[in-house]
This record gives sequence, C-alpha cells and structure tokens, in this order.
Amino acid sequence: MTINVNKQGDTDIQVAICNEMTIYTALEQENALSPHLQAEQALQLDLSDVSEIDSAGVQLLIYMKKEANRLSKQLTLVNHSQAVVDVIELLGLVSFFGDPIIISSNRSES
Amino acid sequence: MSDMNAVLVTFTQEAKELLGEMEESLLVLEDKPDDSDTIDSLFRAIHTVKGSSGLFGFNDIVAFTHEAETVLDQVRHGEKAITDQLISILLNCRDHIEKLIDHCLESSDQELPDELVSAGEALIFQLTGKQADDNALAVPDENPQSNVLEGMGEPNDLSDSWIIALEFKIDAFRMGVDPLSFLRYLKTLGEIQKVLVLTPELPEGGEFDPESCYLRCKVAFVSDVDKQTIEEVFEFAEDDCVINILPPNSKVEEYLSLLENLPELHVQRLGDILLDVGVLTKNDIARAVQAQTISDEVNSDDTKPLGEILIEQQVVQPVVVDEALKKQEKIKKKVAVEANYIRVDSGKLGQLIDLVGELVISGAGMDLMVERHGLSDVEEVAATMTTLVSSIRDTALELRMVPIGETFSRFRRVVRDVSNELNKNIELQITGGETELDKMVVEKINDPLTHLIRNSLDHGIEPPEQRLQAGKPEKGVIQLNARHDSGHIVIQIKDDGAGLDSEKILAKAITNGIIPEDHNLSQQETFNLIFAAGLSTKAQASDLSGRGVGMDVVKRNIEALRGTVAIDSVPGVGTTFTIQLPLTLAIIDGFMVEAAAERYIIPLSMVDECVEMSSGEWAIDEVMNYVNLRGVAMPYLRLAEYFNAERKATSSDRQSLVIVRSGQNKAGLVVDELHGENQTVIKPLGKVFENLSGLTGATVLGDGNVALILDIQGLIQTATKNN
Repeated sequence: MTINVNKQGDTDIQVAICNEMTIYTALEQENALSPHLQAEQALQLDLSDVSEIDSAGVQLLIYMKKEANRLSKQLTLVNHSQAVVDVIELLGLVSFFGDPIIISSNRSES
Repeated sequence: MSDMNAVLVTFTQEAKELLGEMEESLLVLEDKPDDSDTIDSLFRAIHTVKGSSGLFGFNDIVAFTHEAETVLDQVRHGEKAITDQLISILLNCRDHIEKLIDHCLESSDQELPDELVSAGEALIFQLTGKQADDNALAVPDENPQSNVLEGMGEPNDLSDSWIIALEFKIDAFRMGVDPLSFLRYLKTLGEIQKVLVLTPELPEGGEFDPESCYLRCKVAFVSDVDKQTIEEVFEFAEDDCVINILPPNSKVEEYLSLLENLPELHVQRLGDILLDVGVLTKNDIARAVQAQTISDEVNSDDTKPLGEILIEQQVVQPVVVDEALKKQEKIKKKVAVEANYIRVDSGKLGQLIDLVGELVISGAGMDLMVERHGLSDVEEVAATMTTLVSSIRDTALELRMVPIGETFSRFRRVVRDVSNELNKNIELQITGGETELDKMVVEKINDPLTHLIRNSLDHGIEPPEQRLQAGKPEKGVIQLNARHDSGHIVIQIKDDGAGLDSEKILAKAITNGIIPEDHNLSQQETFNLIFAAGLSTKAQASDLSGRGVGMDVVKRNIEALRGTVAIDSVPGVGTTFTIQLPLTLAIIDGFMVEAAAERYIIPLSMVDECVEMSSGEWAIDEVMNYVNLRGVAMPYLRLAEYFNAERKATSSDRQSLVIVRSGQNKAGLVVDELHGENQTVIKPLGKVFENLSGLTGATVLGDGNVALILDIQGLIQTATKNN
C-alpha cells in the first residue's frame, strides 16, 4: 500500500504517505492521490513516514499543490519528515507550500 | 657592434615616439581627466618604455619609469585621481625620462650625473610622497570591492554569486538524473545562497507524467572555485540538462583585467579569448557554436554573432563580451599595423626620389628623341613609359608624405607651458592634422611655426583681465589649421587676440629708419613690416619674444622652403598668419619661359596669367618699369636684363608678360618665349651660387640643357624696389 487514509471528513481527508517519495514510487503515488484531490475539498498529506524524497517526489508535491490551486482546493502538508524538510529548504520551496513545518518529536530516526 | 647600434637607434626612435604619445595623452587628460582610454594608453606608453629599457639594461630608466608606472597603475584602477598637479608632475617625469634616455645613449658606461639623480629623486618624491596624502583623501580602501562584500548581508544581493541555470530535459529522471543530488554536491564546494525552482512547463490535469521531469532551477552559488570546476559538478547530467553558468558580477572585474593583460600576439577568435580568461568553458563555446550553426541553417543569410548567442544563453555578462570584442579589435589593429608598416631609413627614400628625378629627366630626353627622329612606332611605347614614370614619381613622393598632425600636437605642450608662464588662459585648437606633406618640409617648418605660435601667445592673446574688459571670453583661442590647396599646403595660425597695432608698427619702423617718415604704406604693407629685421613693437622684450629677431628669420625660413607667409589682422579681433608651402621640395610642376635664349622655370602655382607685352594694349611706363594692366598698376622686370644676358631683346620681338604672384604681391616678368608646363626636378644650386638672388635652383631638361628655377618672391621684391 503506498498511501493510507488516516481520517475521512465530510469535505476533507487526511492521507498518509507511507513510503519513500522517489522516481520509483512517483507514478503509483500520483495515481493514488489524484482521485482524492478531485473528490474532496481539502486534502492533508501526512509526510511523517517519507523516509526519502528525490526530485521526482518534490515535483509530485509541486504538481499536487499547483493542481489544488488550479481547482481552488486546499492542499496542506503536515508532519514533514526530516528528509522532506531538508529538501524543501534546500530548494527554497518553504514559502511555496506555505505550510507550517512542525518538527516532529520522532524525527530522530531519519 | 653596428648591429647593436642599429637596434639602439630603433629603441631611441620608439622611445621618443612613446614619450610623444605620453605627452599627448597627458594633455588630453588635462581636459578629460576621466578618459580611461587615454589613461590606458598613457600607462602602456610608460610601460613599454620601461620594458624596452630593461631589454638594453638601462637600469636607471627602468628604476625611474617603474615609479611612474606604479602611480599610473593606481590611476588606472581608480585608486588615485588625475589632478592638474599630477599631470604637471608626470609631464616633468616625461622630460626626465627623455634626459635619461639621452644620457644612456651618449654615455651608457658612465654613472648618472648627480643632477639627474637628484632630479629623479625629487620627481619620485613628488609622485609617491604625494601619493600617501592622495590615498588618504580619495580612496582609503585598498580593495574597492570590500564595500560590496559588507553589503552582502542581505540575501538578495547576488553580485558575488555564480548564477547557475539548470534546464532539465524531460527524460532526466528516467535517465537516473536527480537534480537534488547535484545541489547537494554543489554544497560541498561552496555556499548555495538561493535556489529558485521553476516549473513553467508543468502540465495541468491529467497530462502530468510523474516520471517525466519538468523542473528548472536557478541557483545562486558563492564559491572561490573556477567555472570549470562548477561545470564538472554537472558533468554527469550533461546529456540530460542544459547548464548555463553565469559568473558573478564581482568576477567581471577580474575577467576584464585579465582581458586587459592578455598578450596581444595574434588575432584570436572571440570564444578562444573568453576561454583564455576563464569566462567560458569549452562546453559553453561548443553549445554556442552549435546554436549558431542551427540558426544559420534556419536563416542562412543572417548569422548571429557568437557574442550575441553567448549573452542570450546567459553564460556571460554582456560587458565581458564587449570588452573581449574590443580587445580582439585592438589586437587586430595592432597586428595589422605591425604587418603593414616597415621602418625605412629616410635617406634611402631620398635616394629613391633622386633616382626617380633622374628617371623623369631621361624620360623627357627620350620623348624628345622620339619626336625629333619621328619614330612613330616607338611613340606608343614612349607614351606608356611617360605615364608610368609619372605614376612612379607620384608614388615615390607619396612615400615621404607624413601627416602634419604630429608636428601640430607638439605645440600643445608649448601652448600649455607658455600660457602657464604668462598667466594666460589659452586653448589650442587643431584642425586638419591629417593633411600630408613631405617629411623634409615638415621638419623645416617646425621652427617657424613655433615662433609664430609663441608670438601669438605672447603678443597676440591679451591677459585675462584685459580680455574681459574688451568683452571677450577669458579663455583665448589659438587655431592651428592645415589644408591642401592646389598643390600647396596652407597652414594657418589664427588667434583671437588684440590684433596688430599698425600705428605702433609704423612709429617703430620710422624710429628704426626702416621706412621714411613720409611713407605711403597700405595696411598690408604695414603689417609686412613686422617681418623686417630689428622691429619689435613689444615695449619690453620677454623671454619668449619681442627682441625683434625672429620674425625676419621666420620669413626667411619659409621662403627657403619656397613658401609664403601672409598676415591678416583686425584690431581687437585677432591676427591670422597664413603660410603657404609647396607639398614637396623635390619635384614640382613648373612653367618654362625663355629670355635671351636662356630657359627659366617659374613654379606653375605662382603664375597668374600670361599676356602679350605690347604698348598698344597696356600703358607701359618704360622708365619706372610699370605696366597698367586693366587698371592695376604693377611693376615689371625684364628677365634678360636682370640676368645680364648679352643679347638685348629687340623691340621687334614679340614679348610676353608673365604675371606672377606671391601672396598678395604681383609683378610682371618680361620674357621672349613661353614654353609651357614642365615636370621640374629641383636640383639645388651648388654652394658657390648660394647667394645668387633671383634663383632658387636648377633643373635638367630632357635635351640635357639646364634651366634655372626662379625665386619669384625675390624677383617681385626686386621689381617693387626698383621703382
């Protein structure tokens, strides 16, 4: 399973990505995430389990964010793992996603 | 040893030229202290002097020029400002270097005399002692860039950053390229200041393919490594990514100075120049050339220059390309100059022109023979020969033609020094410096010109307060013009000073007994009096002029060149001296006349008209030797009588009157026969005949006879005096 639905609300949903976000998983994840973005008004992505992320993964996140904007929906990233934080900071994309990055307590293992 | 001497001569010539250049640059800088081109050429001049002196082991020169060079280097880098004072000191340095060179040439094995040593030390002190003050005032900072660095606290200031633009191809991810890994590696080489991720091509909706790459990056990167190293970071991605690396703006200066110092040995392509200084890498050039080829194929008749493509691809700043192009142009020019000029001993040129003169004479002889023997089949060949000979004559004479500009610009210094000395504010305006004339004439006209200019400076231009009173601008202007005028060169020296005071001149001339009190002189004749020996209107003789010697020498010198000098002056408005000189002293177009079976040549340019000498047409006063030509009375001279020819021309002979003119003065010469135009090769008369009046030289005619060349000026004077 690449994604896991944590919480289903009336118009919103929180989805956890439970794998790395790389070129190897990008296609699968896109296929799994897109229907949720279409269906709900708000989509929360829990990134706490993303142990590794590469350019393709970042590009997927950028795409999701842009699509959400285009469809006037809300995409929020929560519980960034350390790997995600590093990359977003390296690429200067913090303000692009605009989500508060909360350094989770269990980041030590990454 | 003689080889060595020849090289030394070249060195001296070159050094003198460079010093001349230096002086010129300094004087230009006086008006335009910020002109960086001039500062550069100044620097180059002194640098080259130092270099070639070093070659000959003239250590004194090297030591001294080094100090001047150091100061100029600071000027060049904007660390020291050009001030009037500095220019004065540098001018003195230039003079000192000249003295040093003279010393080294004359007595290279001897120690430098004490006065030269102390003069040099004094100048060095002025140069460098002052430098400490100047630096404290002007630029306290050794490195002007450190200010910029301090301002770098703000992340937006990217002037020190390399700008790396990465444009990944769509298949980059599939090929195993991960942009992130490059950025991580880049971090190990320096500091990534800012990354900008762009996704202009990211498709919307279902079009998106998560495995394709739509990313673009711009990275601001601070590091000391060179461009090559940065490019190597992305080597692995070369095929899947378009990489443009733009050097930091702060590096531009470094590139510019590298460009400046690039050896100017041979013409290089633009790309190679930029590669040499490290602005571009081989890949940059390869890509630009490829782009050029592609655009060339698309649009075959309009190839984009490489520089433009490089700027478009954002791998280099426009200013660097501009500078490189300038450098390329300069090298091209330099190489061209070096290739197209050879130094020739002017003696050899003289020899060539002598030979051409002989050729002209024997050519005329051949023509004569062909005509006399009626060899019609030879005529055509002879005609071709004649044409060729006259082309050769013109070309040979042209070889010795030099622009007068160099002589003119020497006067800038004279004007500057003298006006400082006299506390006057005077500007020298030069036009027509490109006008060419025979080198021999140029050399000989220098002294008379100097004298006339000093005269204008001293007597002509009034002191500033007097000028202001007269309602003129404080700054006086002396104009020096040259132009060609029908086989002559006309040089004008024009000042906007007080003009000549004819009353004073007359009074002085009467006191000195040059003219009688009951004179009846026209204004023109009055002005001409200043050329008389022993006449100076300046009440007090100064260092410069006013001793009454000089103007007569000026006139004599100019006349020796077969030239004329005329004066025009309006009180309160200014004075103009007009010098007319033949272009060459070797071969002229002459007009041949005959009197008492003797042939004479009149320079064609001085012939006004020829009329019949008949009392039926003109009123002729045989006693006073005056002829009334259409209402204008003018003196005439019978050439045969003047030269004491044996046979007296009988009145039954039809005689002609040749009206000659020199400047404003006209006179008639009575001759028996007119022979028409003649290519006249001027041969000087021997020493024995030097003092003959009325003759300036001789020429050999085609038939081997000798014809005498008339001194028209002298003859006009004689004719006027006789009455």
